[in-house]
Amino acid sequence: MSIFEYNGSALVAMVGKNCFAIASDRRLGVQLQTIATDFQRIFKIHDKLFLGLSGLGSDAQTLYQRLVFRHKLYQLREERDMKPETFASLVSAILYEKRFGPYFCQPVIAGLGDDDKPFICTMDSIGAKELAKDFVVAGTASESLYGACESMFKPDMEHEELFETISQALLSSVDRDCLSGWGGHVYVVTPSEVTERILKGRMD
Amino acid sequence: MVAADSRASMGGYISSQSVKKIIEINPYMLGTMAGGAADCQFWHRNLGIKCRLHELANKRRISVTGASKLLANILYSYRGMGLSVGTMIAGWDEKGPGLYYVDSEGGRLKGTKFSVGSGSPYAYGVLDSGYHYDMTIDEAAELARRSIYHATFRDGASGGVASVYHVGPTGWTKLSGDDVGELHYSYYPVEPAIVEQEMTEAVVA
Repeated sequence: MSIFEYNGSALVAMVGKNCFAIASDRRLGVQLQTIATDFQRIFKIHDKLFLGLSGLGSDAQTLYQRLVFRHKLYQLREERDMKPETFASLVSAILYEKRFGPYFCQPVIAGLGDDDKPFICTMDSIGAKELAKDFVVAGTASESLYGACESMFKPDMEHEELFETISQALLSSVDRDCLSGWGGHVYVVTPSEVTERILKGRMD
Repeated sequence: MVAADSRASMGGYISSQSVKKIIEINPYMLGTMAGGAADCQFWHRNLGIKCRLHELANKRRISVTGASKLLANILYSYRGMGLSVGTMIAGWDEKGPGLYYVDSEGGRLKGTKFSVGSGSPYAYGVLDSGYHYDMTIDEAAELARRSIYHATFRDGASGGVASVYHVGPTGWTKLSGDDVGELHYSYYPVEPAIVEQEMTEAVVA
Protein backbone atom coordinates (compact mmCIF):
# COMPACT_ATOMS: atom_id res chain seq x y z
CA MET A 1 0.00 0.00 0.00
CA SER A 2 1.39 3.38 -1.01
CA ILE A 3 0.82 6.39 1.22
CA PHE A 4 0.01 8.38 -1.95
CA GLU A 5 -3.04 6.14 -2.37
CA TYR A 6 -4.17 6.24 1.26
CA ASN A 7 -6.87 8.90 0.78
CA GLY A 8 -7.43 8.64 -2.99
CA SER A 9 -7.54 11.57 -5.42
CA ALA A 10 -7.89 12.67 -9.03
CA LEU A 11 -6.53 15.92 -10.41
CA VAL A 12 -6.37 17.33 -13.92
CA ALA A 13 -5.56 20.68 -15.54
CA MET A 14 -6.01 21.67 -19.18
CA VAL A 15 -5.01 24.61 -21.33
CA GLY A 16 -7.44 26.35 -23.70
CA LYS A 17 -7.31 29.48 -25.83
CA ASN A 18 -6.24 32.26 -23.41
CA CYS A 19 -7.73 30.24 -20.56
CA PHE A 20 -7.23 27.13 -18.46
CA ALA A 21 -9.27 24.72 -16.38
CA ILE A 22 -8.36 22.72 -13.29
CA ALA A 23 -10.53 19.95 -11.87
CA SER A 24 -10.48 17.44 -9.03
CA ASP A 25 -12.65 14.79 -7.43
CA ARG A 26 -14.28 15.37 -4.00
CA ARG A 27 -13.57 12.15 -2.12
CA LEU A 28 -11.55 11.74 1.04
CA GLY A 29 -11.27 8.13 2.08
CA VAL A 30 -9.20 5.91 4.32
CA GLN A 31 -8.21 3.15 1.91
CA LEU A 32 -11.55 1.77 0.65
CA GLN A 33 -13.70 3.53 3.25
CA THR A 34 -15.24 6.80 2.09
CA ILE A 35 -15.05 9.40 4.88
CA ALA A 36 -16.11 12.62 3.13
CA THR A 37 -17.50 13.59 -0.26
CA ASP A 38 -16.87 17.33 -0.05
CA PHE A 39 -13.08 17.41 0.28
CA GLN A 40 -11.20 20.29 -1.30
CA ARG A 41 -8.05 19.59 -3.26
CA ILE A 42 -7.91 22.74 -5.43
CA PHE A 43 -6.88 26.00 -3.82
CA LYS A 44 -6.87 29.56 -5.10
CA ILE A 45 -3.57 31.34 -4.62
CA HIS A 46 -4.74 34.52 -6.35
CA ASP A 47 -7.34 35.40 -9.02
CA LYS A 48 -5.28 33.89 -11.83
CA LEU A 49 -3.37 31.13 -10.05
CA PHE A 50 -4.68 27.80 -8.77
CA LEU A 51 -3.00 24.92 -7.01
CA GLY A 52 -4.20 21.32 -6.87
CA LEU A 53 -2.67 18.88 -4.41
CA SER A 54 -3.15 15.16 -4.96
CA GLY A 55 -1.96 12.44 -2.61
CA LEU A 56 -2.13 12.39 1.20
CA GLY A 57 -4.92 14.71 2.39
CA SER A 58 -3.15 15.91 5.54
CA ASP A 59 0.03 16.81 3.67
CA ALA A 60 -2.03 18.61 1.01
CA GLN A 61 -3.55 20.87 3.68
CA THR A 62 -0.20 21.49 5.40
CA LEU A 63 1.55 22.23 2.13
CA TYR A 64 -1.26 24.58 1.09
CA GLN A 65 -0.94 26.53 4.36
CA ARG A 66 2.84 26.90 3.92
CA LEU A 67 2.44 28.02 0.31
CA VAL A 68 -0.22 30.60 1.16
CA PHE A 69 2.07 31.91 3.89
CA ARG A 70 5.00 32.23 1.49
CA HIS A 71 2.83 33.85 -1.17
CA LYS A 72 1.54 36.42 1.33
CA LEU A 73 5.11 37.32 2.32
CA TYR A 74 5.93 37.73 -1.38
CA GLN A 75 2.90 39.99 -1.88
CA LEU A 76 3.96 42.22 1.03
CA ARG A 77 7.55 42.53 -0.18
CA GLU A 78 6.91 42.89 -3.90
CA GLU A 79 3.45 44.51 -3.84
CA ARG A 80 2.27 42.21 -6.62
CA ASP A 81 1.01 38.66 -7.17
CA MET A 82 3.37 35.83 -8.05
CA LYS A 83 3.72 34.72 -11.65
CA PRO A 84 2.76 31.04 -12.15
CA GLU A 85 6.33 30.17 -13.18
CA THR A 86 7.70 31.77 -10.00
CA PHE A 87 5.11 30.00 -7.87
CA ALA A 88 6.00 26.66 -9.47
CA SER A 89 9.64 27.25 -8.52
CA LEU A 90 8.58 28.10 -4.96
CA VAL A 91 6.55 24.88 -4.68
CA SER A 92 9.46 22.93 -6.10
CA ALA A 93 11.92 24.48 -3.62
CA ILE A 94 9.62 23.84 -0.64
CA LEU A 95 9.16 20.21 -1.71
CA TYR A 96 12.89 19.63 -2.18
CA GLU A 97 13.57 21.01 1.32
CA LYS A 98 12.02 17.76 2.48
CA ARG A 99 14.04 15.58 0.07
CA PHE A 100 14.54 12.75 2.57
CA GLY A 101 11.13 12.92 4.23
CA PRO A 102 8.85 14.32 1.58
CA TYR A 103 5.29 15.62 1.63
CA PHE A 104 3.29 12.80 0.09
CA CYS A 105 1.72 15.07 -2.51
CA GLN A 106 1.89 15.53 -6.24
CA PRO A 107 0.99 19.15 -7.00
CA VAL A 108 -0.66 20.54 -10.12
CA ILE A 109 -0.18 24.26 -10.76
CA ALA A 110 -2.29 26.20 -13.25
CA GLY A 111 -2.34 29.93 -13.82
CA LEU A 112 -2.45 32.82 -16.24
CA GLY A 113 0.88 34.60 -16.58
CA ASP A 114 1.81 37.96 -18.09
CA ASP A 115 -0.34 38.92 -21.10
CA ASP A 116 -2.71 36.15 -19.88
CA LYS A 117 -0.69 33.26 -21.25
CA PRO A 118 -1.90 30.02 -19.67
CA PHE A 119 0.63 27.98 -17.69
CA ILE A 120 0.21 24.47 -16.33
CA CYS A 121 2.69 22.22 -14.61
CA THR A 122 2.92 19.26 -12.28
CA MET A 123 5.72 17.84 -10.18
CA ASP A 124 6.54 14.81 -8.08
CA SER A 125 6.66 14.81 -4.29
CA ILE A 126 10.26 16.07 -4.18
CA GLY A 127 9.82 18.94 -6.61
CA ALA A 128 10.85 17.75 -10.07
CA LYS A 129 8.92 20.08 -12.36
CA GLU A 130 7.16 18.77 -15.43
CA LEU A 131 5.93 21.54 -17.71
CA ALA A 132 3.27 20.66 -20.28
CA LYS A 133 1.66 22.55 -23.13
CA ASP A 134 -1.67 20.70 -23.19
CA PHE A 135 -2.74 18.94 -19.97
CA VAL A 136 -1.41 17.50 -16.73
CA VAL A 137 -2.86 14.83 -14.44
CA ALA A 138 -2.20 13.50 -10.93
CA GLY A 139 -3.65 11.19 -8.29
CA THR A 140 -4.85 7.60 -8.01
CA ALA A 141 -6.90 7.96 -11.22
CA SER A 142 -3.93 9.40 -13.15
CA GLU A 143 -3.60 6.43 -15.51
CA SER A 144 -7.26 6.64 -16.52
CA LEU A 145 -6.95 10.42 -16.78
CA TYR A 146 -4.02 10.16 -19.18
CA GLY A 147 -6.17 7.96 -21.44
CA ALA A 148 -9.21 10.23 -21.24
CA CYS A 149 -7.22 13.46 -21.78
CA GLU A 150 -5.12 11.96 -24.56
CA SER A 151 -8.28 11.14 -26.52
CA MET A 152 -10.52 14.10 -25.59
CA PHE A 153 -8.11 17.05 -25.55
CA LYS A 154 -7.98 19.48 -28.49
CA PRO A 155 -5.70 22.52 -28.66
CA ASP A 156 -7.09 26.08 -28.41
CA MET A 157 -10.53 25.32 -26.97
CA GLU A 158 -12.76 28.18 -25.82
CA HIS A 159 -13.70 28.16 -22.13
CA GLU A 160 -17.19 26.60 -22.64
CA GLU A 161 -15.78 23.63 -24.57
CA LEU A 162 -12.84 23.37 -22.18
CA PHE A 163 -15.22 23.02 -19.23
CA GLU A 164 -17.15 20.25 -21.01
CA THR A 165 -13.96 18.41 -21.98
CA ILE A 166 -12.25 18.53 -18.59
CA SER A 167 -15.48 17.51 -16.81
CA GLN A 168 -16.11 14.54 -19.09
CA ALA A 169 -12.45 13.47 -18.81
CA LEU A 170 -12.59 13.67 -15.01
CA LEU A 171 -15.93 11.88 -14.59
CA SER A 172 -15.12 9.05 -16.98
CA SER A 173 -11.69 8.53 -15.37
CA VAL A 174 -12.86 8.38 -11.76
CA ASP A 175 -15.52 5.82 -12.76
CA ARG A 176 -12.60 3.42 -13.32
CA ASP A 177 -10.98 4.15 -9.96
CA CYS A 178 -12.11 2.74 -6.59
CA LEU A 179 -10.39 5.47 -4.57
CA SER A 180 -11.55 8.68 -6.25
CA GLY A 181 -14.77 10.22 -7.52
CA TRP A 182 -17.93 10.91 -5.48
CA GLY A 183 -18.48 14.19 -7.40
CA GLY A 184 -16.19 16.72 -9.03
CA HIS A 185 -14.95 20.28 -8.63
CA VAL A 186 -14.04 22.35 -11.69
CA TYR A 187 -12.53 25.81 -12.07
CA VAL A 188 -12.38 27.51 -15.46
CA VAL A 189 -10.23 30.62 -15.53
CA THR A 190 -10.26 33.25 -18.29
CA PRO A 191 -8.53 36.65 -18.15
CA SER A 192 -11.82 38.31 -17.11
CA GLU A 193 -13.55 35.71 -14.91
CA VAL A 194 -13.26 32.59 -12.78
CA THR A 195 -16.09 30.05 -12.86
CA GLU A 196 -16.35 27.40 -10.18
CA ARG A 197 -18.67 24.44 -10.65
CA ILE A 198 -19.51 21.39 -8.56
CA LEU A 199 -20.15 18.27 -10.65
CA LYS A 200 -22.64 15.58 -9.77
CA GLY A 201 -21.06 12.19 -10.25
CA ARG A 202 -21.64 8.52 -9.56
CA MET A 203 -21.64 8.17 -5.77
CA ASP A 204 -20.14 4.65 -5.76
CA MET B 1 -34.30 -11.90 -0.62
CA VAL B 2 -30.85 -11.90 -2.20
CA ALA B 3 -29.12 -8.67 -3.29
CA ALA B 4 -25.68 -7.73 -4.58
CA ASP B 5 -23.70 -4.99 -6.32
CA SER B 6 -21.84 -5.60 -9.61
CA ARG B 7 -18.31 -4.19 -9.30
CA ALA B 8 -15.10 -6.12 -9.95
CA SER B 9 -11.80 -4.47 -9.04
CA MET B 10 -8.12 -5.32 -9.35
CA GLY B 11 -6.38 -3.28 -6.65
CA GLY B 12 -7.60 0.28 -7.13
CA TYR B 13 -8.66 -0.28 -10.73
CA ILE B 14 -12.31 -1.00 -11.52
CA SER B 15 -12.19 -3.81 -14.08
CA SER B 16 -15.97 -4.16 -14.50
CA GLN B 17 -19.19 -2.51 -13.35
CA SER B 18 -21.46 -5.23 -14.73
CA VAL B 19 -20.56 -8.49 -13.01
CA LYS B 20 -23.25 -11.06 -12.20
CA LYS B 21 -22.49 -11.65 -8.51
CA ILE B 22 -25.72 -13.56 -7.94
CA ILE B 23 -25.19 -16.97 -9.48
CA GLU B 24 -28.21 -18.99 -10.48
CA ILE B 25 -27.37 -22.54 -9.39
CA ASN B 26 -30.76 -23.91 -10.44
CA PRO B 27 -34.31 -22.44 -10.61
CA TYR B 28 -34.65 -22.90 -6.83
CA MET B 29 -31.23 -21.93 -5.57
CA LEU B 30 -28.98 -18.87 -5.73
CA GLY B 31 -25.38 -18.31 -4.72
CA THR B 32 -23.63 -14.99 -4.11
CA MET B 33 -20.11 -14.03 -5.05
CA ALA B 34 -17.53 -12.26 -2.88
CA GLY B 35 -13.76 -12.64 -2.72
CA GLY B 36 -11.91 -14.11 -5.70
CA ALA B 37 -14.07 -13.90 -8.85
CA ALA B 38 -12.56 -16.97 -10.48
CA ASP B 39 -12.77 -19.08 -7.31
CA CYS B 40 -16.42 -18.14 -6.76
CA GLN B 41 -17.41 -18.60 -10.38
CA PHE B 42 -15.68 -21.97 -10.75
CA TRP B 43 -16.87 -23.51 -7.49
CA HIS B 44 -20.46 -22.32 -7.96
CA ARG B 45 -20.55 -23.87 -11.43
CA ASN B 46 -19.02 -26.99 -9.91
CA LEU B 47 -21.75 -26.97 -7.23
CA GLY B 48 -24.40 -26.56 -9.94
CA ILE B 49 -23.13 -29.72 -11.64
CA LYS B 50 -23.11 -31.66 -8.36
CA CYS B 51 -26.65 -30.50 -7.55
CA ARG B 52 -27.91 -31.64 -10.97
CA LEU B 53 -26.21 -35.03 -10.61
CA HIS B 54 -27.82 -35.42 -7.17
CA GLU B 55 -31.20 -34.64 -8.77
CA LEU B 56 -30.71 -37.31 -11.47
CA ALA B 57 -29.46 -39.95 -9.03
CA ASN B 58 -32.11 -39.43 -6.36
CA LYS B 59 -35.06 -38.19 -8.47
CA ARG B 60 -35.50 -35.17 -6.17
CA ARG B 61 -33.84 -31.81 -5.80
CA ILE B 62 -31.00 -31.42 -3.33
CA SER B 63 -31.79 -29.53 -0.12
CA VAL B 64 -30.17 -26.14 0.55
CA THR B 65 -28.54 -27.73 3.59
CA GLY B 66 -27.06 -30.47 1.40
CA ALA B 67 -25.88 -28.16 -1.34
CA SER B 68 -24.20 -25.73 1.05
CA LYS B 69 -22.51 -28.64 2.84
CA LEU B 70 -21.28 -30.00 -0.50
CA LEU B 71 -19.63 -26.64 -1.22
CA ALA B 72 -18.27 -26.18 2.32
CA ASN B 73 -16.67 -29.66 2.23
CA ILE B 74 -14.97 -28.94 -1.09
CA LEU B 75 -13.68 -25.58 0.13
CA TYR B 76 -12.46 -27.16 3.38
CA SER B 77 -10.48 -29.74 1.40
CA TYR B 78 -8.62 -26.81 -0.23
CA ARG B 79 -8.16 -24.91 3.05
CA GLY B 80 -4.82 -23.08 3.33
CA MET B 81 -4.17 -23.33 -0.41
CA GLY B 82 -5.21 -19.75 -1.07
CA LEU B 83 -8.81 -20.05 -2.26
CA SER B 84 -10.84 -16.90 -1.57
CA VAL B 85 -14.58 -17.47 -1.46
CA GLY B 86 -17.24 -15.77 0.64
CA THR B 87 -20.71 -16.85 -0.35
CA MET B 88 -24.30 -17.23 0.66
CA ILE B 89 -26.42 -20.11 -0.60
CA ALA B 90 -30.12 -19.27 -0.62
CA GLY B 91 -32.91 -21.46 -1.89
CA TRP B 92 -36.24 -23.18 -1.39
CA ASP B 93 -36.44 -26.93 -0.73
CA GLU B 94 -38.89 -29.46 0.76
CA LYS B 95 -38.44 -27.91 4.22
CA GLY B 96 -39.09 -24.35 2.98
CA PRO B 97 -36.66 -21.45 2.73
CA GLY B 98 -32.97 -22.01 3.49
CA LEU B 99 -30.01 -19.66 3.88
CA TYR B 100 -26.39 -20.56 4.55
CA TYR B 101 -23.13 -18.64 4.75
CA VAL B 102 -20.12 -20.56 3.41
CA ASP B 103 -16.51 -19.40 3.13
CA SER B 104 -13.13 -20.67 1.97
CA GLU B 105 -11.86 -20.97 5.55
CA GLY B 106 -14.31 -23.86 5.86
CA GLY B 107 -16.99 -21.98 7.77
CA ARG B 108 -20.66 -22.84 7.21
CA LEU B 109 -23.42 -21.09 9.12
CA LYS B 110 -27.20 -21.36 8.94
CA GLY B 111 -29.08 -18.13 9.49
CA THR B 112 -31.88 -15.71 8.67
CA LYS B 113 -29.79 -12.80 7.38
CA PHE B 114 -26.19 -12.46 6.22
CA SER B 115 -23.97 -9.99 4.44
CA VAL B 116 -20.62 -10.87 2.86
CA GLY B 117 -17.73 -8.98 1.28
CA SER B 118 -15.79 -5.74 1.66
CA GLY B 119 -18.99 -3.67 1.85
CA SER B 120 -20.72 -6.05 4.28
CA PRO B 121 -20.25 -3.94 7.45
CA TYR B 122 -22.09 -1.04 5.80
CA ALA B 123 -24.84 -3.34 4.49
CA TYR B 124 -25.26 -4.95 7.94
CA GLY B 125 -25.74 -1.50 9.46
CA VAL B 126 -28.74 -0.79 7.27
CA LEU B 127 -30.03 -4.38 7.32
CA ASP B 128 -29.96 -4.78 11.12
CA SER B 129 -31.65 -1.45 11.77
CA GLY B 130 -34.39 -1.97 9.18
CA TYR B 131 -35.11 -5.71 9.45
CA HIS B 132 -38.11 -7.32 11.07
CA TYR B 133 -39.58 -10.78 10.51
CA ASP B 134 -43.01 -9.81 9.13
CA MET B 135 -41.83 -7.78 6.16
CA THR B 136 -43.73 -7.79 2.88
CA ILE B 137 -41.83 -8.75 -0.27
CA ASP B 138 -41.74 -5.10 -1.38
CA GLU B 139 -40.46 -3.91 2.01
CA ALA B 140 -37.80 -6.60 2.09
CA ALA B 141 -36.71 -5.86 -1.49
CA GLU B 142 -36.39 -2.17 -0.68
CA LEU B 143 -34.37 -2.92 2.49
CA ALA B 144 -32.05 -5.21 0.51
CA ARG B 145 -31.63 -2.59 -2.21
CA ARG B 146 -30.92 0.16 0.34
CA SER B 147 -28.40 -2.05 2.16
CA ILE B 148 -26.49 -2.56 -1.09
CA TYR B 149 -26.79 1.12 -2.00
CA HIS B 150 -25.31 2.27 1.32
CA ALA B 151 -22.50 -0.26 0.97
CA THR B 152 -21.66 1.03 -2.51
CA PHE B 153 -21.65 4.59 -1.21
CA ARG B 154 -19.16 4.01 1.61
CA ASP B 155 -17.10 1.17 0.17
CA GLY B 156 -14.70 1.90 -2.67
CA ALA B 157 -14.71 -1.70 -3.85
CA SER B 158 -18.52 -1.89 -4.24
CA GLY B 159 -20.64 -0.24 -6.91
CA GLY B 160 -22.31 -0.52 -10.28
CA VAL B 161 -25.79 -2.04 -10.28
CA ALA B 162 -27.80 -3.16 -7.23
CA SER B 163 -29.63 -6.38 -8.19
CA VAL B 164 -32.37 -7.86 -6.02
CA TYR B 165 -33.69 -11.42 -6.25
CA HIS B 166 -36.61 -13.03 -4.44
CA VAL B 167 -36.69 -16.74 -3.58
CA GLY B 168 -40.14 -18.26 -3.00
CA PRO B 169 -41.88 -21.67 -3.11
CA THR B 170 -41.89 -21.59 -6.93
CA GLY B 171 -38.21 -20.69 -7.20
CA TRP B 172 -36.31 -17.46 -7.63
CA THR B 173 -37.28 -14.37 -9.62
CA LYS B 174 -35.24 -11.27 -10.33
CA LEU B 175 -37.07 -8.23 -8.94
CA SER B 176 -34.85 -5.32 -9.92
CA GLY B 177 -31.48 -4.12 -11.16
CA ASP B 178 -30.85 -0.44 -10.44
CA ASP B 179 -27.82 1.57 -11.49
CA VAL B 180 -26.39 2.95 -8.25
CA GLY B 181 -25.43 6.15 -10.07
CA GLU B 182 -29.15 6.85 -10.54
CA LEU B 183 -30.25 5.27 -7.25
CA HIS B 184 -28.22 7.81 -5.24
CA TYR B 185 -29.99 10.80 -6.74
CA SER B 186 -33.41 9.12 -6.38
CA TYR B 187 -32.75 8.57 -2.66
CA TYR B 188 -31.13 11.95 -2.18
CA PRO B 189 -32.34 14.40 -4.83
CA VAL B 190 -30.20 17.51 -5.22
CA GLU B 191 -32.42 20.57 -5.05
CA PRO B 192 -31.05 23.47 -7.07
CA ALA B 193 -29.40 26.06 -4.83
CA ILE B 194 -31.47 29.21 -4.40
CA VAL B 195 -29.59 32.46 -4.83
CA GLU B 196 -30.32 34.34 -1.62
CA GLN B 197 -28.78 37.65 -2.61
CA GLU B 198 -27.91 38.67 -6.13
CA MET B 199 -24.88 40.93 -6.53
CA THR B 200 -25.64 44.15 -8.38
CA GLU B 201 -23.50 47.01 -9.53
CA ALA B 202 -23.27 49.73 -6.87
CA VAL B 203 -24.65 53.11 -7.92
CA VAL B 204 -21.83 55.62 -8.09
CA ALA B 205 -22.79 58.69 -6.09
